[in-house]
Amino acid sequence: MMSINAIFDVAGSAMSAQSVRLNTVASNLANAQTASSSIGQTYRARHPVFAPLYEEQLGATGADAQPGVQVLGIVESDAPLQPRYEPHHPLADAEGYVYYPNVNVVEEMADMISASRSFQINVQMVEAAKTLAQRVLALGQ
Amino acid sequence: MAISFNSALGVHEQALMVRERRAGVLAANLANADTPHYQARDLDFQALIRQAAAAQGGARLRATQGAHIARAAGGDGELLYRTPMQPTLDGNTVDGDIEMAQFARNALDFQASLTFLQSKFRGLRAALKGE
Repeated sequence: MMSINAIFDVAGSAMSAQSVRLNTVASNLANAQTASSSIGQTYRARHPVFAPLYEEQLGATGADAQPGVQVLGIVESDAPLQPRYEPHHPLADAEGYVYYPNVNVVEEMADMISASRSFQINVQMVEAAKTLAQRVLALGQ
Repeated sequence: MAISFNSALGVHEQALMVRERRAGVLAANLANADTPHYQARDLDFQALIRQAAAAQGGARLRATQGAHIARAAGGDGELLYRTPMQPTLDGNTVDGDIEMAQFARNALDFQASLTFLQSKFRGLRAALKGE
């Protein structure tokens, strides 16, 4: 039963990583049109960095240890911001420019679909593991 | 010969353990489908089960000296790397569809092994009761 229990941990870590990813997508899309008056204050697109999470963190050891997923951190995109000439904007700077975030909406939508697909796959995996564990428990009855 | 659980259950017990391990490996692949540089892994079920069957059929490798390494039950076959079908930019070799199909099939095989074991137990119980 070790491996089957490990599936719950592995899939759980993946689900939490994917939900962090969905969260960053949500925050990027929500702030896609958040203008500001200087480059330093402008929102930048955020993306999580995934890495395998090895056994010592999950508590399993030896052959049963399978890597889960961890979020190493969230990085801000280096892509250039979009300055727009909008002199009537209340946040426009002295030259009449406002700065819009470097969020690529198309990329974010694709990321959102990918994250929710991966989340679903992990949910399915947990359900399959649950069925298997129940069958094992019913063995010999 | 008295009833021995080891010989009564046959290879199914080993098969179940290998399939369980494989479920864990495939689950880790699916979980890491979006992790950069993660390489999909898998077990060679046939090799492991052949090894287990050979161990049961008498051709057992014995540890005759202290320096020999004991073979773990259920097969300690090495984890292999899957050959990627399509290279990805981030170095990840997990193909979600393949892994999902393998996982589903492995789950089905696992249930088949369980069913075999169940019927073995039923047979043992019938033999013990002598009805």
